[in-house]
Amino acid sequence: MANRENGNVEELDRVTIRFAGDSGDGMQLAGLQFTNTSAVFGNDVSTLPDFPAEIRAPAGSLPGVSSFQVSFSSYDIYTPGDRPDVLIAMNPAALKTNLPDLPKGGTLIVNSDEFSEANLKKATYETNPLTDGGLAGYRVIEVQISTMNERALRDSGLSVQQIDRCKNFFALGIMFWLYERPLEPTLRWIDDKFSKNPVVAKANATTLKAGYNFGDTAELFPVHYRVPRAHLSPGRYRNITGNEATAIGFVTASKLAGLPLFYGSYPITPASDILQELSRLKHHGVKTFQAEDEIAAVGAAIGASFGGSLALTGTSGPGLALKSEAIGLAVMVELPLVIANIQRSGPSTGMPTKTEQADLLQVMFGRSGESPVAVVAPATPGECFYMAIEAFRIALRHMLPVVFLSDGYLGSGSEPWRIPSLADLPRIEVQFATDPKTFQPYARDEQTLARPWAVPGTPDLEHRIGGLEKSDITGNVSYDAANHEKMVHYRAEKVARIARDIPHLEVIGDDEGELLVLSWGSTYGAVITAVQRARAAGKSVSMAHLRYLNPFPENLGDVLSRYKKVLIPELNLGQLAMLIRARYLVDAISYNRITGRPFHVAEIEEKINELVRQKVGVG
Amino acid sequence: MTSEPIALSRKDFVTDQEVRWCPGCGDYSILAQTQKLMPELGIPREKIVFISGIGCNSRLPYYMNTYGFHSIHGRAPAIATGLKASRPDLQVWVITGDGDGLSIGGNHMLHIIRRNVDVVIVLFNNRIYGLTKGQYSPTSEQGKVTKSSPLGTIDYPVSPIMFALGAGATFVARSLDIDTHHLVATLERAAQHKGTSFVEVFQNCNVFNDGAFMEFADKAVRPDRTVILEDGKPLVFGKERDKGVKLNGTRPEVVDLGNGVSEADLLVHNEKLAEPTTAFILAQMEHPEFPVPLGVMRAIERPTYDVLMEQQIQDAIAGRGEGDVEALFSEGDTWTVE
Repeated sequence: MANRENGNVEELDRVTIRFAGDSGDGMQLAGLQFTNTSAVFGNDVSTLPDFPAEIRAPAGSLPGVSSFQVSFSSYDIYTPGDRPDVLIAMNPAALKTNLPDLPKGGTLIVNSDEFSEANLKKATYETNPLTDGGLAGYRVIEVQISTMNERALRDSGLSVQQIDRCKNFFALGIMFWLYERPLEPTLRWIDDKFSKNPVVAKANATTLKAGYNFGDTAELFPVHYRVPRAHLSPGRYRNITGNEATAIGFVTASKLAGLPLFYGSYPITPASDILQELSRLKHHGVKTFQAEDEIAAVGAAIGASFGGSLALTGTSGPGLALKSEAIGLAVMVELPLVIANIQRSGPSTGMPTKTEQADLLQVMFGRSGESPVAVVAPATPGECFYMAIEAFRIALRHMLPVVFLSDGYLGSGSEPWRIPSLADLPRIEVQFATDPKTFQPYARDEQTLARPWAVPGTPDLEHRIGGLEKSDITGNVSYDAANHEKMVHYRAEKVARIARDIPHLEVIGDDEGELLVLSWGSTYGAVITAVQRARAAGKSVSMAHLRYLNPFPENLGDVLSRYKKVLIPELNLGQLAMLIRARYLVDAISYNRITGRPFHVAEIEEKINELVRQKVGVG
Repeated sequence: MTSEPIALSRKDFVTDQEVRWCPGCGDYSILAQTQKLMPELGIPREKIVFISGIGCNSRLPYYMNTYGFHSIHGRAPAIATGLKASRPDLQVWVITGDGDGLSIGGNHMLHIIRRNVDVVIVLFNNRIYGLTKGQYSPTSEQGKVTKSSPLGTIDYPVSPIMFALGAGATFVARSLDIDTHHLVATLERAAQHKGTSFVEVFQNCNVFNDGAFMEFADKAVRPDRTVILEDGKPLVFGKERDKGVKLNGTRPEVVDLGNGVSEADLLVHNEKLAEPTTAFILAQMEHPEFPVPLGVMRAIERPTYDVLMEQQIQDAIAGRGEGDVEALFSEGDTWTVE
């Protein structure tokens, strides 16, 4: 399609672009299509969708801006990029809110049609930045996207409004040309998505091609760019978001354990994707229960667990707060339960669509009494799949609640995911009690201290459980002082013994040295990139990433002791640092950002450089 | 429900736990009638589950030799929904009270009823908080002096029956702790109903609200101050069966039989009416203006939540084939790296 002979092609190893426009402009869709196409093409990709919580803030207003950043590369990448190389601004408001992130010299593609006086006013511009010199220092490319989209679709049979809604595909077409991407994956997607509406399908395909051809023929772009394939490990891949991987992981756990999955949930951003995803998987035997509230959601899951299902509830921070009493009940009755908490900015309603890691202490301690639960945290979108399975493996083997602690950035961000084979995943052993001769509701497994799981329907194992303190062995109600102390210790020890059952903490870098950067959760990508850069610059910096937060891996204390300094970067005010300092008496240094956005690599790099000034001597 | 005959007796449903309600509490009678009913249901003991919240009533599962779950305040309907939805083969009972079911757990009560989950809900209404030692409850009459309302309550009470009807209950009934025959018969009807069965039991708290119902429940006056609802029969009451209730438009009216008024003039109870209008009229009949209605106010059929949920799964499997996780892994565009 493209006449490549005439264009100059420049090869790059990594590019970060950001689509920004009004919430109604379809920027998330354009970004996702660009991502999938790049992934299918063979690049490594990493994404950062960013959108307002309001469904439709007033059109053209600053709060209504929605953006999608995608980084794609010819080598392994771990973050969506600190700053974009190219910004596509579909209106003045998008320009105003996103320009500060574009470095000087960066490319700015603007839809100049939208820079009317009225729109400039909505974006609080007093003068037009396209003409007042405010964009000096950027490579500005003005494109009449609305006009050209309208011309391309004039005969499509769609209304003026419908035509305007297609313009994101025109912009996407330009970007596809600029970065030598194939159109086929998006054309296939359009056919599939609009199969019932061929007129709309044809219009979207037409304007996508028109945008591509415009890039090819216009002299606005003297070069276009090529980002070659990345060298990922061999295998079959797809692009996956963290929440998709989480949902698929839970369904897989159900297959591996041979138990039906029951998901109780109440819609909440950014966890609702999981409810929606699981509710379309009924043919996998998945029962989804959209409860009346967060408490009923976890309550129903506990009921399902009592009945022998693989019981799951999911939420975000404010919902977790509502569930805390019921999670305490699950601790007391010692039933397997997984609670997926997709963290968002708090406190209270906070910033629902923005990410944060500030629920760690809530999941650790946010219940009455001594009420320990296990906590696992995935590091990347694809890893959500494996940690979802791991959460259930622990819950079932140790008979207790496990929190799966993800966040909005992991949940909506995506990366290429190597498709696993079911046969390679270890089965999850489940044993129900059936023998009336030996059954005692609160007898314990010698290794794990787990109590037996005796489900209703099993003859002669009728027994009663509940939130009142239990007598050791019999499970009868007990107010005995010594018994209570014993049971409190049992519940703590049960969680502690999970450490025997999880992998040791791995160090990336050297076994000892100046600085260890200790991270957890979604900061993995930014931290590993910063550490790799510091190491490339010859600094004595290593990294360890925690995927198990309660209990910690057995060797964590030993690892910490081998470095002169420990840096803990977190998107909170130092919650892991507090746990580490309390547990290991290590004078860990916190580095905290709490902006609702993931770390920039540069921020962590700068902190590392501040702590490790000198290079390791050669000799 | 089972192919083999079961020869269980009341004793098979008694646990070894010491019953710890106050002597004279109405809960003893409800427990005894529940235990007595169990063998009659023909359901294996291991298939029966009692789930409760918090309150004196909620100790009941400890005394039932079935599976049991004494949960947290107000949440028994949520736990029961999860259990029944995931295990439609079980018979699930929810034991609750006026505070547990209509105050802290009011939201869950609304939703389990509107979903028509196939469970039996027994709400012990003693119009007081007993376990916390004597504060007013959401069913306490306005003006009631309690430990937390020394000048009398200013809250208007909720009617459990009206609440259940408003939520769309398919089975609503009321009985009395001290009328053991009526109670066991009512519980049996509730157990046999497919869908949410809501039973309010007037239960005397002899420590904190003694005699709350005696003005109409006392044996000596009960025939004159209550009316037993029987499907297809006119509303006749009184020791001499000489009084009745007729409808004047939508208003009930107490009439004396004789002098030109016959049973043919009275309201004939029909528990199967599709509209809850008449049941609402009955629910509003209160002492002393009216005889207090006891019995089944409404019993209609409607598919249950647990059956519909299971059906969706079966339909999905029939339509799409049994889920294959490897196909799920590979959804959307995939590519191969050599």
